[in-house]
Amino acid sequence: MKTQEKVLDVKGLRVSFFTDEGEVPAVDDIDFYVREGEVLGIVGESGCGKSVTSLSVMGLIPSPPGKIIGGEIKLNGEELTTASEKRMRQIRGNDVAMIFQEPMTSLNPLFTIGNQLMDAMLIHKMGNKKQAKQRSIEMLKLVGLPRAEELMNDYPHQLSGGMRQRVMIAMAMVCNPRLLIADEPTTALDVTIQAQILKLMKDLNTKMNTAIMMITHDLGVVAETCERIVVMYAGKVVETGPAVEIFKDPQHPYTRGLIQSVPDMRYKKQRLYSIPGNVPKPGSIKQGCRFADRCEFAFDRCRQEDPPLYQTAEGHSTRCFLFDEKEETAHDNRNTVKS
Amino acid sequence: MGEPAQRLEPANKPPQEETISPWKEAWRKFRKNKIALVGTSIVFFFILVAIFAPLIAPQGINEQDLPNRLQPPSADFWFGTDDFGRDIFSRVVFGARLSLTVGFLAVVGSAIVGSMLGIIAGYYGKWVDTIISRIFDIMLAFPSILLAIAVVSILGPSLRNALIAIAIINIPNFGRLIRSRVLSVKEEEYIMAAKAIGMSDSRILFSHVLPNSMTPIIVQGSLAIATAILEAAALGFLGLGAQIPEPEWGAMLAASRALLVQAPWTLFFPGLAIMLAVLGFNLMGDGLRDALDPKMKT
Repeated sequence: MKTQEKVLDVKGLRVSFFTDEGEVPAVDDIDFYVREGEVLGIVGESGCGKSVTSLSVMGLIPSPPGKIIGGEIKLNGEELTTASEKRMRQIRGNDVAMIFQEPMTSLNPLFTIGNQLMDAMLIHKMGNKKQAKQRSIEMLKLVGLPRAEELMNDYPHQLSGGMRQRVMIAMAMVCNPRLLIADEPTTALDVTIQAQILKLMKDLNTKMNTAIMMITHDLGVVAETCERIVVMYAGKVVETGPAVEIFKDPQHPYTRGLIQSVPDMRYKKQRLYSIPGNVPKPGSIKQGCRFADRCEFAFDRCRQEDPPLYQTAEGHSTRCFLFDEKEETAHDNRNTVKS
Repeated sequence: MGEPAQRLEPANKPPQEETISPWKEAWRKFRKNKIALVGTSIVFFFILVAIFAPLIAPQGINEQDLPNRLQPPSADFWFGTDDFGRDIFSRVVFGARLSLTVGFLAVVGSAIVGSMLGIIAGYYGKWVDTIISRIFDIMLAFPSILLAIAVVSILGPSLRNALIAIAIINIPNFGRLIRSRVLSVKEEEYIMAAKAIGMSDSRILFSHVLPNSMTPIIVQGSLAIATAILEAAALGFLGLGAQIPEPEWGAMLAASRALLVQAPWTLFFPGLAIMLAVLGFNLMGDGLRDALDPKMKT
């Protein structure tokens, strides 16, 4: 079993965007943590606050209009929300690195691959030019790119999307960060390439013991790579637990809906399940559970009170009144959900 | 840039193929453009003339040869002589020095100042942007030649002050161009990626934003030289730039405008020089634009 030390510990994080229409909470009081060497999946639909969460960890929330208005983000025990910009620059790339969704535009078109890889090291003063070059070539080999030496002199437009994403991973890993944030790393790639990239990330995770925070809307990606899952909905964590358990026993109606919405190639169903309705506009729901309007199990209490997280098993908790002991006895709803 | 179909299949490329930098790619496109090459030849011709002026010119610029006043073009005096008997060919040749120097220096000056202001305005935004952009707006509200005249009348008429005036009036053109470019470049994902590896703001500005904003500076620069030469000539003609007897093309036109009927060659050749120089820079600038940034084509 891996060590239990937490690399990243986020508590009560709140991020709001201050727009002309007033304050829009994008992330509302979320807690999660990433253990050393672990792969954590953050899952949710577009607009649920996944990317905002990852950018807050990096300290890259576009400000204005965005602002962290509460909570703490601890990386290796160091508080990041109050860290100076100078300290954040040292942390970025060094302790925590990030890869982005769109590999086609994540590299500067005017500089060679080698140039950009070496830059990442030179910024953090990880050795001189020669060492940086050597390490860059090593990294390119490590991420499975052929003819690494020649690639150093190539320009981004000469590489395919999959190759560029590998370069981005190499760039993120070059300083040996303890946490890698991957914001939808495979969304823009072909299906065949997706599997390769995921395997590569999983390999690096084992080899270099880098924890990964995998942000995605693709449950297939999560199933393949993650040990634990955080399901987010409208800026809140609605369910969290070990991946195996969540797939076996999804508790929150939203999680169940998400799992049901994944097409299964083995059967030709009449119609693919979809959760009715849309993600509410951030800030539009003032009262009650944010999922209540789309939830088939919602009852009166759901529309009045905001449910807390109920621990239902070891390391598994759900933000749903169906798991409130009182409700359970009163309505016996849990069985309805499970059946 | 390039054909996307080609970019997507690097794996199939023969490994011996040399790497193509974006600049080489642009040069390849530029070379194919005949008109741009003509423009470039004209520009280089003028540059050579300016450099080797003392070797080319048969006479000094102010050598008066009174018996040969107002001679029409001939084997002895290729462009004829003016009312003091000075050889117009020699004066036009030396004039290339003045005009090109003014053109280059004014544009380089305004490009540097304008780009810096534009980058600062575009990258930092907020009130910095507001102040800089409003200043540009105010400057652009005046007709440029009027503004130049105002600047020269403050500084006093001379070629050097005309140069400064032309540089100043061109600053907002560069500034606004770069600002808009920076606004789009800074939203690019590689800027976010650069931040994510811990790059500092100033480093991002100079190693990512500026190089990616370079192409419009180069294009605008080559076109602005043409305008600057024209503006210098205009100021010279108005007596606010080069002073008589400096062989500046605009000043030469002004000095001989009374001789239009009597000795048209005294006006024709300096005018022709202005036209050719402006044409050369314009053609070259158009070619550069097509090669560097096809999207800018309007």
